[in-house]
Amino acid sequence: MQRRLTGSANDPLIRARYRRESRFKAYSITALFVAFAIIVAFFTDIFSQGYSAFWRAEIEVTLDYNERAERIGRFAIPEDLREIVSRGAVRSIPLQIRNNPELAGTTRTDWVPVYSRIDQYLKGKEELPPALASQVDALKAEGLIRTTFNWAFFTSGDSKLPELAGIFSAAVGSLLVLAVTLVFAFPIGVMAAIYLEEFAPDNKLTQAIEVNINNLAAVPSIIFGLLGLAVFINTFGVPRSSALVGGLTLGLMTLPIIIISTRAALRAVPDPIRLGAFAMGCSRWQVVRDHVLPLSLPGILTGTIIGLAQAMGETAPLIIVGMIAYIPEAPTSIFESATVLPAQVFTWASEPRKAFVEKTAAGIIVLLAILLTLNATAVFLRRRFERRW
Amino acid sequence: METEVKNATSAGAATMAQNAETLQGERRTTTPEVKMNASDLNLWYGETQALHDINLDMYAREVTALIGPSGCGKSTFLRCLNRMNDLIPQVRINGRVSLEGEDIYDPSVDVVQLRTFVGMVFQKPNPFPKSIYENIAYAPRLHGTGTSRSELDDLVESSLKRAGLWNEVADRLDTPGTELSGGQQQRLCIARAIAVNPEVILMDEPASALDPLATATVEELIHELKDNYTIVIVTHNLQQAARVAGYTAFFHMGRIVEVNDTDTLFTNPKEQRTEDYITGRFG
Repeated sequence: MQRRLTGSANDPLIRARYRRESRFKAYSITALFVAFAIIVAFFTDIFSQGYSAFWRAEIEVTLDYNERAERIGRFAIPEDLREIVSRGAVRSIPLQIRNNPELAGTTRTDWVPVYSRIDQYLKGKEELPPALASQVDALKAEGLIRTTFNWAFFTSGDSKLPELAGIFSAAVGSLLVLAVTLVFAFPIGVMAAIYLEEFAPDNKLTQAIEVNINNLAAVPSIIFGLLGLAVFINTFGVPRSSALVGGLTLGLMTLPIIIISTRAALRAVPDPIRLGAFAMGCSRWQVVRDHVLPLSLPGILTGTIIGLAQAMGETAPLIIVGMIAYIPEAPTSIFESATVLPAQVFTWASEPRKAFVEKTAAGIIVLLAILLTLNATAVFLRRRFERRW
Repeated sequence: METEVKNATSAGAATMAQNAETLQGERRTTTPEVKMNASDLNLWYGETQALHDINLDMYAREVTALIGPSGCGKSTFLRCLNRMNDLIPQVRINGRVSLEGEDIYDPSVDVVQLRTFVGMVFQKPNPFPKSIYENIAYAPRLHGTGTSRSELDDLVESSLKRAGLWNEVADRLDTPGTELSGGQQQRLCIARAIAVNPEVILMDEPASALDPLATATVEELIHELKDNYTIVIVTHNLQQAARVAGYTAFFHMGRIVEVNDTDTLFTNPKEQRTEDYITGRFG
């Protein structure tokens, strides 16, 4: 039998072709690997730095609510532990007595957070003077110092004391800002897109508008901050640093993204559906409402979520409208001063104290977790409601 | 039955009177009623003229087929009959198209209303991505012709029955129309058009996306629908035109070259171009 199908091993042309193919494949895999390695390195770095911020050391102390402690909290703490207990915990003692007069004159044992440098020492991130270090080691050996999950990181606002600083106020701020952005940009963006895509005649004016909307999406975000400052704060007198002005500013930035993605979603609805509806005697609005919108809604929502996620990670425009601020108390309305998660990260990153390094990383982890959740929601929506026709 | 209808219709067309007399069988004395008429219709896409002086009568309860090579303007003409061309920017029309004598391009005419009288079925089946029931109930509900649930139920059933789809889908009216087979989808689209109770149904190559079996079903359906509706059908398939249509108009380069009753047009064309086309010499 003559074999005609196995000769390629000897044919130089065919062999060269295969070599080129495998070379190309190798390059692609390398590129993929490099990209993946960078992401892994980034996540590993952030997690290894930020992980410890979710834990904090506490010390068991006997709090002595004596007379002097009513004015100066320090005196409630046993003298040898005064350098170890967090000053934040100490300061709150007079307030505790004032709020609860029955405490006066009593003693109580409680777990209180330790000073941030002690905390850092226990996490192996900072050195202490030898005497203090051996005292802390001894306390730890006695079981008077424990490490617990740092709930306070999620429930308290920013603080100048790293052991008390949390992201709650920034998270609330982000939530309020996003709510304003959504309420402002979603209806305007979707309406504008529907008009442009379904109703507008195709003439010079609408073409110019289209081009400019696309340009708007490419404008650096800090410009939107300047616009927000000029328009919302200076012209309309919206309170500076408030979630309202931040939300509106980010809304301006998100608007073109929503318009573009909505238009893409509308365009993805096949024309035969529209023609079919028109032929049934639908008016244009009925075609849009009953046929085009239901089909494009997942796409519109996906685009909106991605736009919001982008707005959520945005810092630059918010610097200009005064949202990079020290906000220890969570805002209760959109008119109060607020800050947002990335701004909080920025604030912590510019702190010189060592203990803020892990806070910064932890803030990034929280921000990333929220953004990934948002994006996952977008992907889920797209998958779940994607319809075939 | 078939010959009877043919005789009756051919008798009406003045140009074919002679022809009709030569056909055997009894003649009907009633002249066929002109349902839609186009006279001196010209249409431009921007600067390009796509239709030139179209004159065509479409008779009530008859099938009129529009044939011709691609790009000859037959689909464009079809879309003039329910003003679907209005949706295309830069289309300019002059001339007159009438539905029972009423000019459909009159400024006072409401397009939405016109389309309830003149329904349309497209080349590619385009059921709405909704349930079978909703596909049919949608338009009657929209136009207020069916309001109560029982009325709609009846309408859905009768429309599906008339489209010959009822037996196949009666037990799954809630499944999406898009899950049916191609031929079923097209019949669903026909049922959807019927549900509005139109007088004229326009069909733009309704069977070209279907397999031969589904095509045969649709053709049968067209044959049945003819008793109640005026049908204008665009087709590339000459056999199909011969099978379903009482009248055929041959379009070429935006003009009607020849129009006649189908038998005559196919067996005894007057124009050389018609003969060339139907014998496959061009197109």
